[in-house]
Amino acid sequence: MADEVKAPTAPAVAGGTEGRSEGRTDRSDRGGRGPRPGGGPGGPREGGRKYFRRKKVCKFCVEKIEAVNYKDVRLLAQFVAESGKITPRRLTGVCTPHQRRLSKAIKQARNIALLPFAGRVQ
Amino acid sequence: MNRSYEVMFIVRPDMADEDLNKLISTLESSVTSAGGTAKSEVWGKRRLAYKVAKFNDGIFVLLIIEGSGAIVHEVERRLRVTEQVIKFITVRMDEELKRLEKIKKIRDARKKTSAAAAPVTPATAEPGTEPAPTAV
Repeated sequence: MADEVKAPTAPAVAGGTEGRSEGRTDRSDRGGRGPRPGGGPGGPREGGRKYFRRKKVCKFCVEKIEAVNYKDVRLLAQFVAESGKITPRRLTGVCTPHQRRLSKAIKQARNIALLPFAGRVQ
Repeated sequence: MNRSYEVMFIVRPDMADEDLNKLISTLESSVTSAGGTAKSEVWGKRRLAYKVAKFNDGIFVLLIIEGSGAIVHEVERRLRVTEQVIKFITVRMDEELKRLEKIKKIRDARKKTSAAAAPVTPATAEPGTEPAPTAV
């Protein structure tokens, strides 16, 4: 199973993210499914679903969006739920460094009334 | 000492254009007289995500400043004093810009090595490619 996981990611690593420390920490974050047994892969709590449901990729890593600004509301609004809450990383598939930047940007946008603290995003 | 900041502020929607321009030019002149550079962008009237000072819309203005922290302190003081300004936020941008520059440079260097198959010294690219296969 480790081979199935690593095989698709290895060419992706070689092709897309060489020399970028962000790319490498990404892989070690998600590829840690192999050596790290903690928690189970897709989340075994979810009704006994099988291992490895469709692997989500980080939208920012794929599209190489580097700058996450509080000003681009349309991009940020994709990661905010109906209630105005920030959607967790396990649902959106964003990698950790990008999720941290995203969260900071969303909080800045909330402060300048571009996004609501609670309630629907118009 | 050249830090760059972005100050975004919201002005009451019922403010006249000329008053707005006057306000912006006052802020810009306070920056330049203290030895910095300022650039402004008016985003126009937008709907606010929540009520601010009993208003539902506001005119958004972005001010990009390069200078020391004291300059920004002065700008913020003026914004606080001005009654028409209902909200503002200051974000420091120079670290972020430096990071983006670095990434762009790495990407351009990588593009150059793939375009020219000559051993140009991309010391940044080489160590990146090597460890990747070993991770498998």
